[in-house]
Amino acid sequence: MNYNSSPTAPLNFLNHKTGLWSWLSSTDHKRIGLLYLYSITIFFCAAAVLGLLMKIEKFAPGETIMTAQTYNGIFTIHGIIMIFIVVIPGLAAVFGNILLPIMIGAKDVAFPKLNLFSWYVYITGACLGLYSQFAKGHVPDAGWTFYVPYSAEVNSNIVIALTAAFVLGFASILTGLNFIVTIHRMRAPGMTWFRMPLFPWSLYATAWIQILATPIIGITLLMVIAERTLQIGFFDPALGGDPVLYQHLFWIYSHPAVYVMILPAMGVVSEIFPTFSQKPIFGYMPIVFSSLAIALVGYFVWGHHMFTSGMSYQARWFFSLLTFLVAIPSAIKVFNWLSTMYGGSVDLKPPLLYAISFIFLFTIGGFTGLTLGSLATNIQTHNTDFVVAHFHYIVFGGMGFGFFAAIHYWYPKIYGRMYNIRWANIAWAILFTGFNVLYFPMFILGLQGMPRRYFDYDPKFQTGQMISSIGAFILIIGLIGMISNLVYHVRRGAIAPANPWHGVTLEWQIPSPPPHENFDEVPVITRDPYVFDNPYTK
Amino acid sequence: MKNHDNHISSYSLNLTVLLILLVLTTTSVLAIKFHFGAFTVAVALIIASVKAAIVLTYFMHLKFENLLLRLMVSGVFLLFAIVVVITFIDYYFR
Amino acid sequence: MSTTEHSDYIDSDTGKMGMWLFLFTELFLFGGLFIVYAVMRTKYPEDFHQAALELNAFIGATNTVVLLVSSMTVAMSLTAIQKNKPNIAIGLIFITLILAGVFMMNKYFEWGHKFSLHLYPGSDVMKTLPHGEIMFFGLYFMMTGLHALHVIIGGILLTIVMFKLKSGKINQEHYLLQENGALYWHLVDLIWIFLFPLLYLIT
Repeated sequence: MNYNSSPTAPLNFLNHKTGLWSWLSSTDHKRIGLLYLYSITIFFCAAAVLGLLMKIEKFAPGETIMTAQTYNGIFTIHGIIMIFIVVIPGLAAVFGNILLPIMIGAKDVAFPKLNLFSWYVYITGACLGLYSQFAKGHVPDAGWTFYVPYSAEVNSNIVIALTAAFVLGFASILTGLNFIVTIHRMRAPGMTWFRMPLFPWSLYATAWIQILATPIIGITLLMVIAERTLQIGFFDPALGGDPVLYQHLFWIYSHPAVYVMILPAMGVVSEIFPTFSQKPIFGYMPIVFSSLAIALVGYFVWGHHMFTSGMSYQARWFFSLLTFLVAIPSAIKVFNWLSTMYGGSVDLKPPLLYAISFIFLFTIGGFTGLTLGSLATNIQTHNTDFVVAHFHYIVFGGMGFGFFAAIHYWYPKIYGRMYNIRWANIAWAILFTGFNVLYFPMFILGLQGMPRRYFDYDPKFQTGQMISSIGAFILIIGLIGMISNLVYHVRRGAIAPANPWHGVTLEWQIPSPPPHENFDEVPVITRDPYVFDNPYTK
Repeated sequence: MKNHDNHISSYSLNLTVLLILLVLTTTSVLAIKFHFGAFTVAVALIIASVKAAIVLTYFMHLKFENLLLRLMVSGVFLLFAIVVVITFIDYYFR
Repeated sequence: MSTTEHSDYIDSDTGKMGMWLFLFTELFLFGGLFIVYAVMRTKYPEDFHQAALELNAFIGATNTVVLLVSSMTVAMSLTAIQKNKPNIAIGLIFITLILAGVFMMNKYFEWGHKFSLHLYPGSDVMKTLPHGEIMFFGLYFMMTGLHALHVIIGGILLTIVMFKLKSGKINQEHYLLQENGALYWHLVDLIWIFLFPLLYLIT
């Protein structure tokens, strides 16, 4: 180990080995995290462009730039990429990989080779997803939910898309497995469970969902594949099967998957608020237990996606009640984050801007979630643009802004350089404005009765649709501004100190970028995670 | 990779466990000869669960593992049971 | 530069916890099928009763015994290596593999018989059956097929273990891989313990 032998150019995980192969074969958790970051960014940009195309189509009623069938294909692939390739791996695979071992004082995850393998599984799945678009035949058009009987009958490349989702689920399982074992077995001496920072805690809760929910969708997708290829008709009414059963199985996974997306984002902002308020987190224990409660109760609320599918009244009642209960731990967290800022020395830097907008957007998404979780109002808003607006506020406004907060927070740690703060602030303002202009009108459109997944609409919706489409352009400009700032300064940014934000968790106690094996000597933890008066270790 | 202080279960213990499992298998095969009516499924599933518990405890060495692992395994089975029950809140009342 | 890029050292408890977590995912994979079974069975109790009569309970019971015995031999092989008797361990794993082969043979004949009766998904005979029986046979092929796939994977895993025992890579000090291979094999057994009564016995 001689990575810090030269004081002028210390070796770190980015430069201790060079060449493409040293990246593709690296079992270093930080490099694997970056591999995920780059692949996810590419797919995110592609899917964002597809989203923009949909909004251009909806700028005016009637066929604008694409046919109905093209539109169906585009919303399907937009959903598949965004959900399975970008958002579900998102924070856990990128920032979980890069930071989880460092934050708990470990040299790496428990199974480094498995970790690298999971990235290859992920890339295989992602490529299969792309292949379903370009393979001979029709592009998949069943939506990312693959509802039967349509997905079992339609003549398009559904089987390839289903296989892609199955493979991507496997990658997600391996990441979750690795994190649980890492957190149980690799914590540094003195790092007791309740001295662990909140981001690892949220990853722990997430990992359990990844392990225990993903297999259900795996087998469900296999059953649809069997239905298409072997004519086993589990979900085909013509053979005695039950399409509603598919919806049950699908949402047993896909609702908890929403918490796979949002829990790590909650973990990220739980790191950011104490640092930028220079004040211990308010209510550490409630945040920990609300993460666990969300993971647990979130497992039992899947039926609220199916209120109009003909479920029994008792089941609808039950799922609605649990949906209201699962909102409580989220609300607890919001109160704790706000209380953390109260009386602190708040430093309004880009990470905090994104974290605060996370709360704003997540709260709107959460409250409209309750609207959808109530039986009566759900009937009115089911399958309208209201739903689309709601889950974009949660998934993009929540997980997406959490992701942007994370990248702005840990960027100097990862690259050892700083982005342009002013530039980042301006990009944030454009992005935040564009987001609300794009999605807020969709709440109103949905309440007025605009159905989702339609490429055309009644001219009376045109004002709302137009505002929303303009918002899409503003949003894309904001995204370009944000990403170009980050990309440009990876090599050209000012050298960042080891601890630019005066954070106190372990990752800020080591050089930036972190050395290859994170710690020269194993840290010994003697205090709680968010104590601000003096350095954390020793 | 080093395995320390692991409990060694003797050959005879393994053999005894197998014999018990075989007896239970025979019981469940014979049990269907008597018609319990609606309870046939319940009887078969109870016997299967007992067998599964024995395999988990002895063959899979859960008896000798730490409490954490045992809690995880029971938790996972409990979670699955809850999922089945919730699914049937729909199907039972439909 | 360092030659040991992130040491390969995985201690026994860490490795075993990883394996158990993986087994949980397997349980839920089959769990999805069990949910479908439960729902369909409540929907078509009579048809399931009729269709289950078509299955040969004797072959099912034989395969149960075969798997239970193989589960014991693999457990005993672990005892053998802990007592530093690698040759006995190799022999016991070999017996396990033979039993796995017997299981697959039985399965082959069983499936072959069904195919000769044209009882397979999408066949002409199948289409004439009542809905519940179609569901039963669909589940039968899906569940036993997925299970057979796991028997094959488990067999491959145990073959690797056997060769590593031979080369001494698995020994009295380091036998994590053998433990995990055994755990996987027991899972295969565990699934079958539920499949057997649900498919063959509840007539």
